[in-house]
Amino acid sequence: MSDLLETIPYARFLGLTSTATGDELTVTMPFADRLIGNPLLPALHGGSTAALLELTAVAQVARLYPRLRLPRPINVTVAYLRSGKPLDVQARARISKAGRRVAHVEARAWQENEDQPIATLAAHFLIAEHDF
Amino acid sequence: MTASPLVDLLPQLASGAAHTHALGFAFDSLTGDRVRIRAPWREELVGDPDTGVLAGGLVTTLLDHAGGLAVWVALDRFEPIATLDLRVDYMRAARPRADLIAEARCYRLTRSIAFVRAWAFEDHPDDPVAAAQAAYMLDSSQGRPVGANLRTRQGDEA
Repeated sequence: MSDLLETIPYARFLGLTSTATGDELTVTMPFADRLIGNPLLPALHGGSTAALLELTAVAQVARLYPRLRLPRPINVTVAYLRSGKPLDVQARARISKAGRRVAHVEARAWQENEDQPIATLAAHFLIAEHDF
Repeated sequence: MTASPLVDLLPQLASGAAHTHALGFAFDSLTGDRVRIRAPWREELVGDPDTGVLAGGLVTTLLDHAGGLAVWVALDRFEPIATLDLRVDYMRAARPRADLIAEARCYRLTRSIAFVRAWAFEDHPDDPVAAAQAAYMLDSSQGRPVGANLRTRQGDEA
């Protein structure tokens, strides 16, 4: 199966790669200098971690609920739990519920230890073919 | 008009970090407590190759960053802050191949937390692509009175 993230320009910009275990995706954002938001700490820009989480959710929903169009975010909430170190980040998403039109997704991003996430995401995506 | 040192820093704070520089963020304007930054449209920032619309994650980053600037504007100085959480509602698709502007306003400061609202749009905040509500952790060692940014406003009790 082709990697959906490779077709998304912004996912390529962030350098995202993914591996699948069954239908579960693990997405990696390899560390790069241009992801740094705070050069003093240094720390990753929260936005880059949020984008990783959102794209992980998009890829996971698209894998389980393939449609002609990509799932479109309705809303996303990101909690920043720890500062992102200048290291690779990994993320995984779980679909809590998928209805006819909307899917609710939870995702988490971590660095060294999966049990110590640096950020979590909760989001709704529109998965119907038609617009809002 | 007296410009504080913080105001002179805003262009640097908008685009100075490696990530914001790579994304092409640029300071746009400051009107009262409302700060605007711009993300120029670029092919590599697109989220759906079928539509040419900027990625949701890019919009989130723009809103997060504009919110941080609004916090520094409210503090009238630069100090370390960290986004605690951020909620973004996507109200409609952005226009393909169009720049996005984010406007943010810090509407409450406490000793530890800054509360921010922000909007992303192409032309006017009344027609937003996305709206955000966010909270930022402040550097609590600074010893700031609660509601320090609201003292001069009538009807606003800290």
